Amino acid sequence: MISSIKIPAAPELSYLLRLADTCLISGQRLGEWCGHGPILEEDIALSNMALDLIGQSRALLTLAGQRSGESFDEDQLAFLRDEIDYRNPTLAELPRGDFAFTILRNLVLSTWLKLMWERLRDSSDAELAAIAGKALKEARYHQQHAADWAVRLGDGTDESHRRCEAALAQVWLYIPELFEDDAVDAAATAAGLGPAWSQLQEPWLAEIGEVLGEAKLAVPPAPTFRSSGKRGLHSEHMGYLLAEMQYLQRAYPGGAW
Amino acid sequence: MSTENEWPLWEVFVRTKAGLDHKHCGSLHAADPKMALQMARDVYTRRQEGSSVWVVRSDQIVASDPSDKDMLFDPAEDKVYRHPTFYKLPDSVDHM
Repeated sequence: MISSIKIPAAPELSYLLRLADTCLISGQRLGEWCGHGPILEEDIALSNMALDLIGQSRALLTLAGQRSGESFDEDQLAFLRDEIDYRNPTLAELPRGDFAFTILRNLVLSTWLKLMWERLRDSSDAELAAIAGKALKEARYHQQHAADWAVRLGDGTDESHRRCEAALAQVWLYIPELFEDDAVDAAATAAGLGPAWSQLQEPWLAEIGEVLGEAKLAVPPAPTFRSSGKRGLHSEHMGYLLAEMQYLQRAYPGGAW
Repeated sequence: MSTENEWPLWEVFVRTKAGLDHKHCGSLHAADPKMALQMARDVYTRRQEGSSVWVVRSDQIVASDPSDKDMLFDPAEDKVYRHPTFYKLPDSVDHM
């Protein structure tokens, strides 16, 4: 075994890690569909998107490593942190569930990411802006893919509608975390690094509302529950995910292809 | 295997670069044109093969009967004069 790295408490670093971990953990979850897709073509599509997300997280983690004041590389950051140092919102780490759950989570997260990348193209950090420019193309496709399926299944059979409704109700519990600000957002906005997460809420609601309307799915009531993954306090699912994701690097430190 | 509950079959054509033609590269099952296009992108352009994709319902393609092959294509065998290889090109014309 190899010991964990510790992340310095710097708000701008946290801002980058929140985004990087959203991509990393979503990618890890989506990758679980590899070999389990409902049809071959969809299996490939989901794996493609998982790889897009992991690619985005690699770029962001490399950048975060450079900006951390330590010499962490992307692999150390991806595989050698303790759970509390992962900063993805809880939604990303929830088990993949059925296909409806995966599609609705993808819809929510890809729309959020698309809006985020659009704004990050104007980041004061030129490298972050460049990463955003590339990632935006991928996120636009992810959003379209998820929206197509959401409409097909939401406005589909009784069973597909019922499953979508149930999935949306579950996903919706974790939405507030995507739009709540704290000191990290304040620092990022002040430095011109990127938008406060709350700034994405209005356009996000507009885009999601349009898709849900077409999918014949009602927007669920606002939850009172608050998840807290982006502050390092994760759900019970996170530890299992990390155990699987980190296993190789912990057992064979520095292992490479 | 019953095909009754299966999505229809689509043929996929991919163009690698602007200016080149679309080439047939395979087929897939999809519920409608939109899904067929999306899946074609995911299945057949993962290694930078594409700049444009066409999908066509397989049952919309009219094909020659393989048993007519002799009748249709063999008569061209002894007509080499149809190839424009007997002209002398001016030096200024390259790459013909």
